[in-house]
Amino acid sequence: MTVRNPDGTGVPEATGQDLVSPDARPPEVLVRPARIEARGFSWRHAGRKDPALSGLDLVIEPGEKVLIAGASGSGKSTLLHALVGLLDDEAGHRGGELLVDGAPPDPRSGRAGLVLQDPDAQAVLSRLGDDIAFGLENQRWPVERIWPRVRQVKDLVGLGQQLDHPTEALSGGQKQRLALAGVLAYAPGLVVLDEPTANIDPVGVPRLRDAVLDSCRETGATLVLVEHRIGAWAEHMDRLIVLGPDGVLADGSPEGVLQDAGLRPVLDAAGVWYPGRSSAVLVEADGMPGTPAGAGKCQEGTAAPEVLLEAEDLAVARTLHGPPAATGISLRLRAGHAVALIGANGSGKSTAALTLAGFLPPRGGTVRAHPALLRHRAVQPPRGRKARRRRDSSDPAQWPAVDLVARIGYVFQEPEHQFLATTVRDELALGLRRTGAGHEAETVDRLLEELRLTRLAQAHPLTLSGGEKRRLSVACMLATSPPVLVLDEPTFGQDARTWDALIGLIRARLEEGCAVLTVSHDHAFARALGAEALSLGVEGKERRR
Amino acid sequence: MSATTMVEGTTAAPSGAGVPAPGTDLLVPVRRRTLMVRTHPVVKLGCAFAVTLTVLLSVDMISAGVLLVALLLALPFSGLDMRVLLRRLWPIPVACVLSGYGTALLAPASGTVLVDWGPLGFSTGSILTGVAIAMRGMVLALAGVLVFATTDPTDLADGLAQRLRLSPRFVLSALAAFRLVGLVIADWRALSMARRARGVERARGPVGIVAGFFALAAALLVQSIRRGTRLAAAMEARGFGGKHRSWARPSLLRPRDAVMPALTVPLCALAAGLAVSLGTWNFIFL
Repeated sequence: MTVRNPDGTGVPEATGQDLVSPDARPPEVLVRPARIEARGFSWRHAGRKDPALSGLDLVIEPGEKVLIAGASGSGKSTLLHALVGLLDDEAGHRGGELLVDGAPPDPRSGRAGLVLQDPDAQAVLSRLGDDIAFGLENQRWPVERIWPRVRQVKDLVGLGQQLDHPTEALSGGQKQRLALAGVLAYAPGLVVLDEPTANIDPVGVPRLRDAVLDSCRETGATLVLVEHRIGAWAEHMDRLIVLGPDGVLADGSPEGVLQDAGLRPVLDAAGVWYPGRSSAVLVEADGMPGTPAGAGKCQEGTAAPEVLLEAEDLAVARTLHGPPAATGISLRLRAGHAVALIGANGSGKSTAALTLAGFLPPRGGTVRAHPALLRHRAVQPPRGRKARRRRDSSDPAQWPAVDLVARIGYVFQEPEHQFLATTVRDELALGLRRTGAGHEAETVDRLLEELRLTRLAQAHPLTLSGGEKRRLSVACMLATSPPVLVLDEPTFGQDARTWDALIGLIRARLEEGCAVLTVSHDHAFARALGAEALSLGVEGKERRR
Repeated sequence: MSATTMVEGTTAAPSGAGVPAPGTDLLVPVRRRTLMVRTHPVVKLGCAFAVTLTVLLSVDMISAGVLLVALLLALPFSGLDMRVLLRRLWPIPVACVLSGYGTALLAPASGTVLVDWGPLGFSTGSILTGVAIAMRGMVLALAGVLVFATTDPTDLADGLAQRLRLSPRFVLSALAAFRLVGLVIADWRALSMARRARGVERARGPVGIVAGFFALAAALLVQSIRRGTRLAAAMEARGFGGKHRSWARPSLLRPRDAVMPALTVPLCALAAGLAVSLGTWNFIFL
């Protein structure tokens, strides 16, 4: 019996592996772990003054498990791309040397496997099993060994779906597992992971972590991963390296680095969430558990804080037809108070927030803006008589866009969608120009300073790092000082410093009497804001906690 | 389809090869795994090519009519959801009838003149040409729908790369890009909401709508390119782009794949032969 493979080579079934794949691996999938050596390595993106990474000297021995931490913008992602050989020499300037097994890394060799930050952009094929098999095919695994391996890896990462499950229909966390499986499958000598557990709910983190560790133990591969929240990983890793813009800030065993009191300021400056880290904002929040941060101030003189925006028995849906994402939502946004919408992926949190701000029509129920909110409006009236009449409607969907900006600041989940200008400075000034608010220069300078974006003022928003983009998108919405602030997953993938900064900014707004609605998995964030939690369940029924 | 290599026991893909995965609903969803659904994608493509070629060579009612009747008869055997098919694709017959009407109106008069209003007029000859054009359009559309709605894009890509030896780099990149098309619609919605949140008004009035469309299209293009770049990086990071690769889903020809061509080719011959013998065959290149 002969298997004829597409290359036309007849392959006797029993001994066929050698012909299909010259370097066929033995069944137990052992690999030669990779050795990494960097000598004065640097990388500067084209069009940027400062290098993303410079003066990096580093040796990672075969089989080592290395955890990398560092502030957002410290070049962690750049390093990971470099390790896999994905830095395009036309897109920047390289300095020094970075070698994997003594040679510049080549992605096609299959020596390294990288899981990127964005789980959405990583599923290549439309069926789950095919996607895991993709890397195996590229490494020329013989077909009879591909499917057993695919099943094995699928179980290892904890994906319970069938092999023909559509990858589109996976949740964010499942997509992350799939991306991991796609890399672990072909057993690369170097496994590189960029924040593998950032958007996994806390309960799921240990399982995914163990999948990574088990698989690396199984193959003996070298493991390099970046994570801000190092607590779950630190004790399982051989080394912790803290990166700064000018190279390595700290390097040693995780216990050694974390217990060295002298290194604490370095870790804090790098935004590392180490176990037992005391956040300035959190200490303050714990002092008054459950109390809305700004409640004291704006309650002065009035019996209850003013209601700005109200939803009654709201049913929400993304599309005009199809089932509603959630139903029966009733909530009131009050001046100086925060509400946190919580619930699993797909429970309709984002959809509810979009409907509340008038971006989507309600499927049922009503959204009503109160006069206290309608009082705020753009200084420059919108053009057109009809538009001017719509300014005072109690339905946010009717408002002219300039009035919406003056009333509701909405930070979308994907920051890139909201960027319209070509520099960070213009981006921040845009809202102020549209509403004619004035004090443009001072407000922009203050926000740049507050969110540590001053040195990037002239950069193009789309070239910023993930954390910087998030900070910019929040700053854009704070610029026009709207009385209602809606934030969709504001802390996703942020380092501890950015997290603190965001909390600080939002609490300052609460104290000024701003109403805040957040959509987040991050319970600590909701707690730090003293937010009232509103949970959207799978059945679409809300339940108050 | 010459490289017919029949294979007995192989470790075939466990993912029911040939059946679009649940949720793959690009054109019309498949309800039943019929023979047509299970036929090798390249064979189906070949059949569609034969039908298309036959109707394209001649504008006449007989050849187009025979094939149209045959395709309509084949519809129930496609396993497609007929209700969804009618609901989504009704504009196709309407467009075909309109193009037939336009042809009848403008074609040079021949045969008996029925209506004559100066430059516009209907004659028996022009009406027959119009009907032929309408039927031809229907045949082209139906053949395309039958093939592409019953074919999983992944299986088609496998077939093209393995059986027709097209470059895997090209075929798989196209397949991955094709998957992003669905995301473009979601991006368009998100972008228009995000722009309103920044104070950019929803377009009103004809000029505004056109200007707004281009602004949004430019933003969408930027997003699509960035997403594409990220996907390309993810593919490259998994070792894609080398000269050789193996295939997890061997694209194999099976005996049942002979059924569709065995029906299609004689049918095309019959359609053309009947038209020639009845003298209506009207070779377009003459």
